[in-house]
Amino acid sequence: MNAQDLNVFIDGAVHYFSQVSGEHADVGTPYLMNTREPAALGYTGIIGVTGEQKGAVYFSAPQLMVKHLLSSMGEDDMSHSNLCDAVGEVANTISGNARKTFGKEFMISTPVVVTGQSEKIAVPEEVRSYVVPITWRGHQAGLVISLV
Amino acid sequence: MVANMQPQAGKRLMIVDDSRIIRRKIARCLDEHELEVIGRASNGVEAVAIFQEARPDLITMDLTMPEMDGIECVEKIVNLDPSVKILVVSALADKATAIEALKKGANGFLCKPFTDEELSDAIAELIRG
Repeated sequence: MNAQDLNVFIDGAVHYFSQVSGEHADVGTPYLMNTREPAALGYTGIIGVTGEQKGAVYFSAPQLMVKHLLSSMGEDDMSHSNLCDAVGEVANTISGNARKTFGKEFMISTPVVVTGQSEKIAVPEEVRSYVVPITWRGHQAGLVISLV
Repeated sequence: MVANMQPQAGKRLMIVDDSRIIRRKIARCLDEHELEVIGRASNGVEAVAIFQEARPDLITMDLTMPEMDGIECVEKIVNLDPSVKILVVSALADKATAIEALKKGANGFLCKPFTDEELSDAIAELIRG
């Protein structure tokens, strides 16, 4: 994973929020994660990646941010299942869009969504994982790229 | 899930996506086209079953889904009825996937995330074509 590869996901995240809400998301400086367990922020969508690259892409956001996202999509149902659906769709869309650069061999799973802290969010020790901070409507979310 | 089968003016649509919020968003966006949403499916297996029962004219089809993915589902449905029109609506943004979907019988490809206008234009094109 180099800086150019990381930019694919950063561009994907910015594009996602712009298209869905018409509002720009600010992306902070990505940093190398120094623990095996990324800090989860309420709702986390996880996409498994296989093929030429292997690992996972996570999008983690606080509940209030996900509610605002649903609202901007015209949704009035703020149920737990809809919040899970929304965060999974963000992770799926950003990961799927990355195939524009990485091609068909960047194979992605359907989303798995977890709430709160979960052992499912742990990343393998041997993988250098990057966290991309995302701010949208004043809410802080994180995109974790954990790929080899 | 299959909606009431009473005859309506306009085309009959099935929405296939494993995300409920995307299914609802598509249905809301397409109100202006006076389409009758006759079925919603969350995977390819459900979609084929609903198609056999309800025979929609148009389908919006996600690709990354559990049970049966969208590419396989497009192929099965087109084999059942080559006249059905299918718009693939997917986050998979590589050209090879779009070409594969079109080769299997899809009629259009719209990349997620989409705006209401982009979806509306893509459906209008599908109906015209």
